[in-house]
Amino acid sequence: MAEINKKFLVGVYDDEDIALAAVNKIKSAGVKIYEVYSPFAIHGMDTAIGHPRSRIGIAAFCFGVVGFLCALTLTTWTMGIDWPMVIGGKDPLSYPNYVPAMFELTVLFTAFGMTFTFFISNGLGPTVKPLLFDPRCTDNKFIMAIDLSKNKLSETEIESLIKASGAEEVSVKQL
Amino acid sequence: MHVTSPVRTPLVTGGKTYADVTEDICKQVEGKPTKEWKVAFVISLAVLAYGTVCLFWTWWEGLGVWGLNKTVGWAWDITNFVWWVGIGHAGTLISAILLLFRQKWRTSINRAAEAMTIFAVLCAASFILMHMGRPWLAYWALPLPNTFGSLWVNFNSPLVWDVFAISTYFSVSCLFWYVGLVPDLATIRDRAQNKVSKYIYGVLSLGWNGSARTWSRYEYISLILAGLSTPLVLSVHTIVSMDFATSVIPGWHTTIFPPYFVAGAIFSGFAMVQNLMLVTRVVYKLEDYITFEHIESMNKIITLTGSIVGVAYLTEFFIAWYSGVEYESYAFYNRMAGPYWWAYWAMMTCNVISPQLFWSRKIRRSVKWTFFISVIVNIGMWFERFVIIVTSLHRDYIPSSWAMFSPTMFDIGDYIFSFGFFFTCFFLFSKYLPVINMAEVKGVIKSTSEKLPLKVSGVSKAERLASPAYKKDAE
Repeated sequence: MAEINKKFLVGVYDDEDIALAAVNKIKSAGVKIYEVYSPFAIHGMDTAIGHPRSRIGIAAFCFGVVGFLCALTLTTWTMGIDWPMVIGGKDPLSYPNYVPAMFELTVLFTAFGMTFTFFISNGLGPTVKPLLFDPRCTDNKFIMAIDLSKNKLSETEIESLIKASGAEEVSVKQL
Repeated sequence: MHVTSPVRTPLVTGGKTYADVTEDICKQVEGKPTKEWKVAFVISLAVLAYGTVCLFWTWWEGLGVWGLNKTVGWAWDITNFVWWVGIGHAGTLISAILLLFRQKWRTSINRAAEAMTIFAVLCAASFILMHMGRPWLAYWALPLPNTFGSLWVNFNSPLVWDVFAISTYFSVSCLFWYVGLVPDLATIRDRAQNKVSKYIYGVLSLGWNGSARTWSRYEYISLILAGLSTPLVLSVHTIVSMDFATSVIPGWHTTIFPPYFVAGAIFSGFAMVQNLMLVTRVVYKLEDYITFEHIESMNKIITLTGSIVGVAYLTEFFIAWYSGVEYESYAFYNRMAGPYWWAYWAMMTCNVISPQLFWSRKIRRSVKWTFFISVIVNIGMWFERFVIIVTSLHRDYIPSSWAMFSPTMFDIGDYIFSFGFFFTCFFLFSKYLPVINMAEVKGVIKSTSEKLPLKVSGVSKAERLASPAYKKDAE
């Protein structure tokens, strides 16, 4: 994910409400914000920056369907086709009895599929080096990064915008 | 931006800032193990060692070393299994169901409760392996292609459902727990001073950097995982109860079992969370995070589920009489007044009467009482399973084969094994991982911190500090 040879302006905020207000203010001045980093989830931050709504729910649903179909195939094949057995005088294929196994497999596939989709779509993995503009973003600060190459306004203009929006510090970071 | 009413009691007291939260929780992970921790850990290792010897002998000699007989062929093994699975229900309830209900007080306790869930489910699984007798054939419970004429597992059997339910529950709980841990592991990684811990927490935190995009997806999958875990947790104990309910033994063959077992599971699980959290809270000085509000809220759930369990006991009795089935009526009469009357009345006192004490505000906000009643509840819930299992079996259809069950040192030793295992895991967890979900707690402290200067959610600082809720907390 790391971009190479890019210049970023990094604003440090002390409070999530100020950071969120700052994002709205800076965006309305026509500046594109690269990303905001925070120690916890801030509701509305993703839409304020302009990130599209996550489609991870669709992935979850698809994995669920796959899980259910796998369970359906497994129970039908083992109980009804490969070795049909009459148990308790009932039809070898008695689906109501397979509901628990089907349910569990659906949940299992959904949970694992969705979580791994989450890891992959965010570029998370055991060997990944985190892209940190400021390490305090996992502690108590809210970090706003603006990619200068993607913006028309000059560095000084954006810097003054960030300062005016309530940032504690502004710095330049080369990646 | 979250909105919290200014009249609500703060979830975290002491006016903590975000940096305070990081510091308070991380210092337990970063510091050297304390003397108390070492002593407790060595004791639990010793208990585990003794249990391991007993378990080894159980497997070496065979299940004959247990006190089972021809009439009572299922006793402590399954009792302990159900007991531990039940305890393992609280973690998911707290993190999933309370998330769906937007109960923000869950944030201080969900991490430890989920850890407890995972360890309790492992203990439960160990009893499954134990009473297989030949644990090396455990894979027979899975639908694997084989050379026995390609015989498959029987999907009509609740025992197979159990295999699916417990393994799914365990793995999904681990997933849920780990996803929640990643942001906190990143916090520890960014504070780490030495190379080894920087590397280990770096690998575990998967390169997390807290970007808004990641957080938005994180919130999304937390919600879906919670939505999945909620029916999952209910299904697990439902299926466990069906191990009994689908049989035709009087005393087991009742349709009330699923809801009754689920309520009982949440009941005992919360009691165990209370026990663990009350100790952790004092040892780690987390009184500002696990406040009397948390203790009280959990006690309310204990009272509610305890009452549901009580109603279930009475309903069972009524139905046994009302059905007019002689065997059914006798099974229940025998529970109450037969040779195991003491187990029955221990169960009744511990589970139905003791949680009713929590109707008193003083008792449910008292640490000592809460701890005491929680222990009592756990004893009671163990007796509940013992009563259901042993008293339904020990007097079967032919009076000449009536028998009693008495545990041997291996029944007891294998139970001790699970305690040793549980506490060893819990102590390791509490030392090397953050016991409180820092990221989620930081998300809920805003409304209460006096150090935060600004207007929050339209309420000014002065107004916030003057609110009755804030004063109530300061008492």
